[in-house]
Amino acid sequence: MSAVIENHHDDHGHHGPAKGLKRWFYTTNHKDIGTLYLWFSFAMFLIGGAMAMIIRAELFQPGMQIVEPEFYNQMITLHGLIMIFGGVMPAFVGLANWLVPMMIGAPDMALPRMNNLSFWILPFAFFVLLSSLFMEGGAPNFGWTFYAPLSTTYAPPSTTFFIFSVHIMGASSIMGSINVIVTIMNMRAPGMGLMKMPLFVWSWLITAYLLIAVMPVLAGAVTMMLMDIHFGTSFFDAAGGGDPVLFQHIFWFFGHPEVYIMILPAFGIVSHIIETFSRKQLFGYSSMVWAMLSIAILSFVVWAHHMFTVGMPLAAELFFMWSTMLIAVPTGVKVFNWIATMFKGSITFETPMLFACAFVVLFTLGGFSGLMLAITPADFQYHDTYFVVAHFHYVLVPGAIFSIMAAVYYWIPKWTGNMYDERLGRLHFWLSFIGVNVTFFPQHFIGLAGMPRRIPDYALQFADWNMVSTAGAFLFGFSQVFFLFIVIKTVMGGKKATGEVWEGARGLEWTVDSPAPYHTFGTPPKVS
Amino acid sequence: MGNKKITILKLSAAVAGMYLFSFALVPLYDVFCDITGLNGKVAQTSNAESSISVEGREIGLQFISHNNAGMPWVFKPSKEVSKIKTGTLYEATFYAKNTTDKMMTGRAVNSVAPSNAKDYIKKIECFCFAEGIELMPGEEILLPIKMVVDDELPDNIKNIVLSYTIFDSKIEHNLTMDHDSDHMGS
Amino acid sequence: MTNVRSLICSFKTQFTVIFFALSNKAIAEWDELNMTQGATAISREVYDLHMLIFWICVAIGVLVFGVMFYSMYAFTKKKNPVAATFHENTKVELAWTIIPFLILIAMAVPASKTLQSIYNDEAGDVNIQVVGYQWKWQYRYLEDDVSFFSNLTTDLDEIYNKVPKGENYLQEVDEMVVIPAGKKVRFLITANDVIHSWWMPAFAIKQDAIPGFINTAWTIVDEPGLYRGKCTELCGKNHGFMPIVVKVVEQDEYDLWINDKKAAAIAMAELTEKDWSAAELVERGESLYVTNCVACHQVNGQGIAGIFPGLAGSDVVLNDKAGQIEILMEGIQGAAMNSFSYLSEVEMAAVITYTRQSWGNAEKGDGEIVVPKDIVEYKQNKI
Repeated sequence: MSAVIENHHDDHGHHGPAKGLKRWFYTTNHKDIGTLYLWFSFAMFLIGGAMAMIIRAELFQPGMQIVEPEFYNQMITLHGLIMIFGGVMPAFVGLANWLVPMMIGAPDMALPRMNNLSFWILPFAFFVLLSSLFMEGGAPNFGWTFYAPLSTTYAPPSTTFFIFSVHIMGASSIMGSINVIVTIMNMRAPGMGLMKMPLFVWSWLITAYLLIAVMPVLAGAVTMMLMDIHFGTSFFDAAGGGDPVLFQHIFWFFGHPEVYIMILPAFGIVSHIIETFSRKQLFGYSSMVWAMLSIAILSFVVWAHHMFTVGMPLAAELFFMWSTMLIAVPTGVKVFNWIATMFKGSITFETPMLFACAFVVLFTLGGFSGLMLAITPADFQYHDTYFVVAHFHYVLVPGAIFSIMAAVYYWIPKWTGNMYDERLGRLHFWLSFIGVNVTFFPQHFIGLAGMPRRIPDYALQFADWNMVSTAGAFLFGFSQVFFLFIVIKTVMGGKKATGEVWEGARGLEWTVDSPAPYHTFGTPPKVS
Repeated sequence: MGNKKITILKLSAAVAGMYLFSFALVPLYDVFCDITGLNGKVAQTSNAESSISVEGREIGLQFISHNNAGMPWVFKPSKEVSKIKTGTLYEATFYAKNTTDKMMTGRAVNSVAPSNAKDYIKKIECFCFAEGIELMPGEEILLPIKMVVDDELPDNIKNIVLSYTIFDSKIEHNLTMDHDSDHMGS
Repeated sequence: MTNVRSLICSFKTQFTVIFFALSNKAIAEWDELNMTQGATAISREVYDLHMLIFWICVAIGVLVFGVMFYSMYAFTKKKNPVAATFHENTKVELAWTIIPFLILIAMAVPASKTLQSIYNDEAGDVNIQVVGYQWKWQYRYLEDDVSFFSNLTTDLDEIYNKVPKGENYLQEVDEMVVIPAGKKVRFLITANDVIHSWWMPAFAIKQDAIPGFINTAWTIVDEPGLYRGKCTELCGKNHGFMPIVVKVVEQDEYDLWINDKKAAAIAMAELTEKDWSAAELVERGESLYVTNCVACHQVNGQGIAGIFPGLAGSDVVLNDKAGQIEILMEGIQGAAMNSFSYLSEVEMAAVITYTRQSWGNAEKGDGEIVVPKDIVEYKQNKI
């Protein structure tokens, strides 16, 4: 794909950003909003991370040392909610805001004012969620999956605020997805057909459709909870003819596509980075697209593999086992394509590439344990143990989060005009890489050995590896403070970046100056 | 390139549709459960005559009961274990007593083990189909079950356990209020 | 500076600990890091499945990462300055779609078979209803009218690190589930309040306990022994503190145990249901008083002034039934009065009633008698 930039300085040149705080409150510029999303998600990442540190510190040794079981449950709940809805998802939305318009040659997002709104309701949602920590009865304590009746009949009063904040997060995500879809469907530069779109754009288009399909279902689930708690209905209450298992079905109907919402954009990012640093065109572009589409479609028919132990009939268990195993096929195709891209390439290992390579290996490890979890009889032993914790942290931390970090290193020269410090970036990578493996690899062992998840205290045979895991967690945690330092240092200054930034990088975003002008592509570029 | 407004409208309709779909999952789930036996509940049958036959075999039937948290009633089967014949109408009762000094509404939830026996149990009458069992303070009641176990019951099932859990419906009662029409006969 | 130094020191200690964890103990106990093979045919099948998938994943991993690491090593910019230009190959792409699919089928077949045998859900020789409570388990033996709760017995002082932790920390209960070896045991699992999950790794059983619903699981355990499991569904504050212990014994030992349990249940029913009269209790109580109490409190209930308090006319004996039960059950700290809690409920009720009815106490005080049921209730409330 090549692009020709026409002179687009004519009528937009004089529009600079407003000055001071007002710029950020009133901005409708996709780059500003992207920046806001990214900083917000980083703040949430640190808060959710601090909670993870509390959890790991409590688990450092057997016995109760730091927190009480009640507070521990609040921590695991908030850690999950904040990392998913505050950390990973807004980070991807931020990247979409920054990159989608530039990648498709559009001047901005399609709905800039809604864009502003969808960001600014998020801090409010998390303010409400976090304030529940200080309410009577404490914060939500039923896990991020909030199974009824623990989250309804037996829930603390703050649950109402939790429901409210989930509604706001949902609204924000839905608005963000509508914006992304409308932008991609209507604002591509002339000549950019669907099968010419960069993979990150493709991955976000699919993600946005997934969000549109499932965020309303989550909203429905929490609305039903709200009605059960306050308006005397019995959706999930057996005492009134409801069914608590129904909650799990509705939740996971949302929850499983949600898992792919958190990984598809990562697939897009990693494809770009591997292509660039292998200096070789991505292998199997169209199979990449088809793989993502099939993963997205399959994600709607596998939800009950989270519920193998609720007592479903044999036929249902078999169906969900087989459909889940099937997902390994398109996922495998993606991994093979990445490796084929590297094969006979001309590779260098700058920080983004290091993160991308680690992504491929560690995400695949998470995929392997996912495949193991799909085997229903074995799942009876794995389910709700640390094996599951290890599995989903492998796909989310060195998966989703590594891809976000890779993206930041990859595009930050474009955003700020400054190169990050390569030496520090690599150091950050190695610290994170070691930290993440020391934290989560031993959790496979303690899970197989029989340690259930979501417990504040454990039997003595799990002590050694929990200690190792905690040491790794603190290493990983502090490395991310170091990441903050690197990012701030890059924003403040550094070696000036060229427009192309990376040798042979493909895509329209590399055809504009670094830092990217406040307004890009006022006149659409021509794509041939 | 398409029209933005049309895309927005379609997407908004999709959002609204999916929100409604989440609520539609509630009745859909019931239908799905009826077909697949997902939740192990036995539904009411109006016509069990096709299951009645003379050449039944003997199987064991056990009733078990449980009071859910905070339900103070006495609630137990009148007879716990019995031998019954498939294809023969069987009647049983549960005894319930409201031990409190308040009027209360209870609701029974049924479940079957083994779960694949569910399709062969034809319940003509069961207190577990009632939306609520209302009892005055101290009131006692015998709750009826009428059922037939179909002859087609797989041979390897020699024993059926029918479990009933009684829940407090937590309906506030005003004692002067008239009894509801769906009040199980007392 | 001292702070930093002590921090470094403590890190050093931790790393030494971790190093040893890695090198000695963990490797020696490698088996403990893997899924248990368990004690039943099904659990061994599940273990084999687990290992099969594991090795398949390892093989795929070696292959895939092998190619990847080779590419990372051999095709660096230094060694390969000009990249190749291929970017698709239909045959290869088809191959790596179809081959994984075939491998998946190879995995799905044995898994589906095992699942089918797990779902063979006929009645067992022993059927036990398992009820999850916040935060304990209740077990009801359906054939034998035996029912009990199983609570964690680990001391709070151990949990809060005031005393060293015992070997079975958080894995010990007051009443174990006892089942016979070699017999089919079926568990009918349900819950009382929120959703719990009954997990016994050695039997490869994990079933959610859901209020109102019965989930079934069965097992045949060959080897007698103690097996430990846990609740695996977040069920509130003390989710981490509701273990499961199953004791598998030979059939004859099981018969003895279940008969004991039944006898105890009947005895308990007698105690709590029989109408005891004052005369009956006094008659039983007199000889007990003579063997247990006379040495200090004397035959006439006067005690020995200044050393052993008298019972005749004592305020507690006259009017404080509850207080008297407590003294006999717990003893008085720092005094010669020991706890007599080893007496049976009937004996305890009888000896107390004897003191309350003798030496004119009945006329001077409230004259109330203590029946065995009172002692049973006292014991229950204490739990």
